[in-house]
Amino acid sequence: MSIDTGVPAHAPAHASAPEESRQWTARMRHAAESAFPPDQLLPDRQPAYMASWIYVFGVLTVVSLAWVIITGCILAIMGPSWWHVSSTGHFVNSLHLWSVEAFFFFMVIHLWGKFFMAAWRGNRRLTWATGVISFLVSVGAAFTGYLSQQNFDSQWISTQAKDGINSTGAGSVFNVLNFGQMLMWHIVLLPIGIAIIAGLHVLLVRRHGIVPPFAVGDDDAAAVTPATTTAPAGEPA
Amino acid sequence: MSDDTKKARRFKPDRDVKEWKGAYVPYDILKEAFVAFLAVAVLIVLLAVVFSSPDEPAITLKTWSAVDPVDFAQTAITELDGTSGTASYGPPYNSTPDSSQHIGFFEPEQWFGVHQPIDTAQDFVIGPLRTLPNTPVTQAAVSLYQNASGAQQNAWTTAYEKAVANATDVNGRLHVPAGRYGPVGIMVGSLTDMAQTGGLDGTLLSEGQFYNTNYTKPLLFLADGTYLADKADAQHLSGDQWGMMNETGNYPGQAWLWLYTMWYQVYPMNQSTNGDLEVWVIMMVLSIGLIFLPFIPILRSIPRWTRVYKLIWRRHYRELAGT
Repeated sequence: MSIDTGVPAHAPAHASAPEESRQWTARMRHAAESAFPPDQLLPDRQPAYMASWIYVFGVLTVVSLAWVIITGCILAIMGPSWWHVSSTGHFVNSLHLWSVEAFFFFMVIHLWGKFFMAAWRGNRRLTWATGVISFLVSVGAAFTGYLSQQNFDSQWISTQAKDGINSTGAGSVFNVLNFGQMLMWHIVLLPIGIAIIAGLHVLLVRRHGIVPPFAVGDDDAAAVTPATTTAPAGEPA
Repeated sequence: MSDDTKKARRFKPDRDVKEWKGAYVPYDILKEAFVAFLAVAVLIVLLAVVFSSPDEPAITLKTWSAVDPVDFAQTAITELDGTSGTASYGPPYNSTPDSSQHIGFFEPEQWFGVHQPIDTAQDFVIGPLRTLPNTPVTQAAVSLYQNASGAQQNAWTTAYEKAVANATDVNGRLHVPAGRYGPVGIMVGSLTDMAQTGGLDGTLLSEGQFYNTNYTKPLLFLADGTYLADKADAQHLSGDQWGMMNETGNYPGQAWLWLYTMWYQVYPMNQSTNGDLEVWVIMMVLSIGLIFLPFIPILRSIPRWTRVYKLIWRRHYRELAGT
């Protein structure tokens, strides 16, 4: 009696035939394997210069975002009015608020730290750009959260913010006085945007590694080729 | 020119790095993330237990008209005669001439046009009054007003505005001195009564269907009065108090909006009729500049010049100095 192992007997481990190597699926897998080898995606060693507390703020930002999402999902499960009428709901809302505050606190320190490291050096400009865009999209997500609270703060912030947004013309499609629209932006569109951009940011960090310190005498310019300007990520060769 | 020469480029310390050939140390990324996850959990639970979160109840038109019927009536007449903030706002609510903010020819508010059309007289006053059942006197007053000439309507509303400026609140009831304001007194009085019963909240929210989530009309009506602004001022939320980056109570609010809010405090934005657009243009330029900072000469050199990195990597440089 044969046992079904879940792997077809005729299936090779990797597509290798010419016709298979032209597959979109095979090409994507090869590209992903090339860009993110496992020991680079989840490294167990890092360059020795990474001995500073400033590096903690990146991971603190990510885990704070995780708590923002977890507490936000609980609020979403129970609906937008729950936290106004339930002490448990109010506590979850408090967790959501403080996780957002922690998220921004850690993210801003992370951003300033990366600025003073000039962390865009060595082909890391896209890593920097995605980090900044993550911050800007997060500002939008937090802002729509304040508009979705259904309380006095929402009333005041929306009636004040409308003038700025309307002045840009964006008010024609982004109506901050429309609770339903703002709630959708807050719990669907902007979180998707953050997840995509922050996810890309983290992948780029893993792809290019942590930026090395300025070399002593970096002001002494020397001709180098682009191929040698990027530090290896994670493991040494 | 050879390929090698083409590929070579001048090393720029603010753009390039030299390959790291130093030591590597063990690093458990998942363990660090897990510990951080727990640490943040403890932090936010402590903050939530100690500080909770603000939830100041929303103001309703019912509350406003009951607590301050004079302010409500003074606002209602400006909605009827088209002099309120909303009535003269321009896009995206209406097409009031010369109302859009602009910087020279740059006038995006005008370019995008009206997308949430609001006729304050019809939407905030006449329309809601027409929904009142069994009110023949009020309906007759509305009809009289609608059938009058523009000049006559203007004369009535002007007279009422003068009279309501001296109105009084007697136990929650609106008392307006007598005047030659025709049907307008009955109309505004009925609207105030309607608001005090809570009927106006529902009528302004209604979009002709059972479920509604768009609060544009009731919020604009509220914002045209002084009651909402006075409450906000008492909660240190006014524009000159760094406005909407704060929230009710002693909470940090949206502290990350400090730069955006700061521009509203400084000249010329704090006195400009185009201040909102000017602040937004500044913030757009700064935001785009931050994204593309690695490409901007001088700015991208600031980290190297300030040498804060020496503090960040002090152990690295200390070890280098020791070797």
